[in-house]
Amino acid sequence: MSRFDGARLTCVTFVVVAVCAVAACDPGVSAGNAEGDGQADAVSSGQLPANAPSLFGFGSPASAARVALWDIDVRPDGEGLPSGTGTAAAGKQVYEMYCIACHGPTGNEGPNDRLVGMEPWGDWPGTRGIGNYWPYATTLFDYIRKAMPQNAPGSLTADQTYAVIAYILSLNGLLSADAVLDATTLPAVEMPMRDRFVPDDRVGGPSIR
Amino acid sequence: MSPKEGSGLSRRAWLATTSGVIAAGLLKTQADAVSLVAQEAPVVGQDHTKVPGRFVSELGQRAPGERPRRLPRTQALSSSSRTPLQDLHGIITPADLHFERHHGGVPNIIAEEHELMVHGMVDRPTVFRMADLKRYPQSSRIHFVECSGNGGGVYNRDRMPTDVTPQALDGLLSTSEWSGVMLSTILREVGVRPGASWLLAEGGDSAVMSRSVPLDKAMDDAMLAYGQNGEAIRPEQGYPVRLLLPGWEGNANVKWLRRIEVTDQPTMTREETSRYTDPLKDGTARQFSFVMDAKSIITFPSYPYVLPEPGWWEIKGLAWTGRGRITRVDISTDRGVTWVPAELQVPILSKATVRFRHLWEWDGRETVILSRAVDETGYVQPTIQQLWEARGERTNYHQNHQRAWRIGADGVVTFGLGELL
Repeated sequence: MSRFDGARLTCVTFVVVAVCAVAACDPGVSAGNAEGDGQADAVSSGQLPANAPSLFGFGSPASAARVALWDIDVRPDGEGLPSGTGTAAAGKQVYEMYCIACHGPTGNEGPNDRLVGMEPWGDWPGTRGIGNYWPYATTLFDYIRKAMPQNAPGSLTADQTYAVIAYILSLNGLLSADAVLDATTLPAVEMPMRDRFVPDDRVGGPSIR
Repeated sequence: MSPKEGSGLSRRAWLATTSGVIAAGLLKTQADAVSLVAQEAPVVGQDHTKVPGRFVSELGQRAPGERPRRLPRTQALSSSSRTPLQDLHGIITPADLHFERHHGGVPNIIAEEHELMVHGMVDRPTVFRMADLKRYPQSSRIHFVECSGNGGGVYNRDRMPTDVTPQALDGLLSTSEWSGVMLSTILREVGVRPGASWLLAEGGDSAVMSRSVPLDKAMDDAMLAYGQNGEAIRPEQGYPVRLLLPGWEGNANVKWLRRIEVTDQPTMTREETSRYTDPLKDGTARQFSFVMDAKSIITFPSYPYVLPEPGWWEIKGLAWTGRGRITRVDISTDRGVTWVPAELQVPILSKATVRFRHLWEWDGRETVILSRAVDETGYVQPTIQQLWEARGERTNYHQNHQRAWRIGADGVVTFGLGELL
């Protein structure tokens, strides 16, 4: 017998043993069988190995300052809004400096998203502008602070952000020209389509929804 | 076989010529017959048994004649590219052909510099580096990821084209073996506080992609994935770590994940309010429609393939559901009048694509072929009329209706849904 044959035999033996071990220990691991979902092991079932410690302790504690550095989201209740103020008049200047190239002179011309939409919808919104589709005004702050302007995301100050939101909302007929937006007044802006949004009612099974 | 190779067409042309020769009575002698056979002999290229081959290499490459490619939409920060479904076998998508959908381009993140912060309603706010995440017990699972806008290009009567490929239609679908740490392991580690019910997942890209995810899903089968088909996850899929929510719409599977905040309410980000919501016919808009319902598509034969002759052809395709396992795929070769079950290729995995096949003897007559998937909840992939009845005609996300291909008497295959309206 050559060395090659010996190596091959060893390989075959190993495979047989491995297959037996899998079959004997955990039939659920065999892909495509009828039990479980075919690929759940102990860990992916949400169960850690039996000898796992109650706490691994990997990673570093996130200090309050560290959290504050990245915790920039804004919720509908206003949580996360920074101090600062802005008016539509100031916002027009911000808009014309940073936004007009992508959203057009009146927020309607593109080439990127149309910002203004006031026509109500019956069957289906022909446009999904801010005034006739966005359910929460706070979303504007969350999104603009993080992702706008597209060529320099995250570069606007809090005052600039409040101001440009005030301007966009005034273009949508949702805010008077002299209104002041801040951490208190922004969450209070009533968005017309808010009650149109409903949770997912699809549940699987035979129904088509 | 790539339809663009033209072999179908050229063989068809050859058959036409040959049958013409026979019909014209020109095939009179044995010499004529030999000459005809000679025409059919393979083209003789280089004899590779007479030339030494290449040496080993550090990185493998596709054969020069194999050029599967993604189909990009526009070159823009917010854009997509689609997987060439018609060119693939089995269920795994090669990582470099996995579809893309970015809202702010692909960031050039260095893994050693990347941090994932988990905080909010937790006992131990923690910053994890990649080395930390990789030290936790690992898991690997095969799952599809599909953009909920997949198929949206042909969602209404006015825009029902015939010249779409499976890639152009449904190529925002890919399947990989994902490896990483289960999110439940990490949440256990930071200690979720009572009262928590949601989390916000946030990406480290220039769109700072943000989606709210119910805590139940996070504790169930969500994964922080850093591996894709055996190697590090690709930059286009979220390198060095992404959120994987098996069976849920692609957008919520936040890539380049840098922050998870445990909360008691959804954050109502742009992508879960003004986008990725589904206007319905009653004037409402469905929100948090995460689960991808059962769906299937025949990838062969499909546009722009041309069946060169009647006879035996194997219909092939993919089926998948975000609600668990596919239990059956039915095929109709007569415009949806009668249906027969297709063969399903094992393994049939939960929230993964399944390859189906059906051997079909085409009689050469014009028809429309369709597939419909059935999942373990009893859900049957609906017709487009059923979806319109349920939702109206203008919902552009979650278009999981049955796909159809028209086969002409000339063998030309086109997208055939318009035939059934």
